[in-house]
Amino acid sequence: MKLAGLIIVMICGGLLLTATQDFPAWGDPSSPASTHLSPHFITEALHETGAPNLVTAVLADYRGYDTMFETVVVFGAGLACILLLRTYTQRTRGREYRHIPTGIVIHIQDPNKAPKGQREFQLIDNMWVPHDLIIKTVCRILIPFIQIFGLYVVCHGDFSPGGGFQGGVIFGASLILLALSFDLRTFLEQMSEKALGLLCALGVVIYSGIGCMCILLGGNFLDYSQLAAVLPVDPGHVRALGMLGVEIGVGFSVMSVMAILYVNIASAGRHNQGL
Amino acid sequence: MPDIVTEIIHKYNYWLYIILMMIGLYAMIAKNNLIKKLIGMNIFQTAIILFFISIGYKEDATIPIIVGGHGPEMSHQAIEAAQYMNPLPHVLMLTAIVVSVATLGVALALVIMVYQRYQTLEEDEIRMRVTQ
Repeated sequence: MKLAGLIIVMICGGLLLTATQDFPAWGDPSSPASTHLSPHFITEALHETGAPNLVTAVLADYRGYDTMFETVVVFGAGLACILLLRTYTQRTRGREYRHIPTGIVIHIQDPNKAPKGQREFQLIDNMWVPHDLIIKTVCRILIPFIQIFGLYVVCHGDFSPGGGFQGGVIFGASLILLALSFDLRTFLEQMSEKALGLLCALGVVIYSGIGCMCILLGGNFLDYSQLAAVLPVDPGHVRALGMLGVEIGVGFSVMSVMAILYVNIASAGRHNQGL
Repeated sequence: MPDIVTEIIHKYNYWLYIILMMIGLYAMIAKNNLIKKLIGMNIFQTAIILFFISIGYKEDATIPIIVGGHGPEMSHQAIEAAQYMNPLPHVLMLTAIVVSVATLGVALALVIMVYQRYQTLEEDEIRMRVTQ
């Protein structure tokens, strides 16, 4: 198997390497990729869409359909992960909780009940780690700033590097950091499974809703210039605002799918303990 | 022989991505462990992303964000296509990265299911237990 694989890889690599002779040189401004469609995007996108960031302009406006179904793909991945992994079987024996200030360990028979004063008690799993003050404090300080940065990246996607996917991933990473530094249960108390699922669907609904609103206002699907009838801004800016709305939808979806993927994969669908 | 050397130096980006791609392909074909196969798949995807991004690069061009494109000091000078990099490969790869995250998530979920069922991730052991 290894030898056959090596031979296949060698043949493929050799064929591809011979094909590079026909490829344009590195950084050639007159290469085929830079001469057909892209000059139009570069010279006209600012006038046509009002967004200085050409990547966002192409992503959310010229290729709006593609990005919409991209969001659906992300949504589908989250859905598939839940359907594959999520299990609802409850453990039958009780749980042990440690009281952090005194160090006393108590045992609770009912697995669904938690002791009062959640913050002072810590669940002991088989992946139990000692209460770590430094990590928790640092993460508690850092997470709000990471989230504000994520929101900035989403909102500023039209003007500077950024957009819904990037900002959503940063926001999702902050949620995963919360789940890593505390534990999965703390994270799910802040953001329940139901909220994550709803946010994930909400993103797709926002995106397609903006597209349908353009139809209702008399234009084509995702033709943002029709939104000028409802948004009180100058016509040159309306497409950029439509893109911003779409990017917010993408951000919601990506953020919640990141969290859903982490929660389900880290706990193998049981949602009781993470990494 | 110097012909080949200058050829490689002029097109080293393609050589890099092809080598990376073949590493990924070899890992997907020859490795026995499912997680290693997944890592191979990700290396393969990264090679494709590298390839597209390198196509978008232009000499003496800046990132595809129009300078002075908004705000009060918005400039109205003509935009030349040679000033900015090609935005299209960036867009395509942005979506490709998202697809790779989605496929990786679903693949890891499937791997967890396989592990729960067969208690192993080695391919030959899984095949043995399937035929038993």
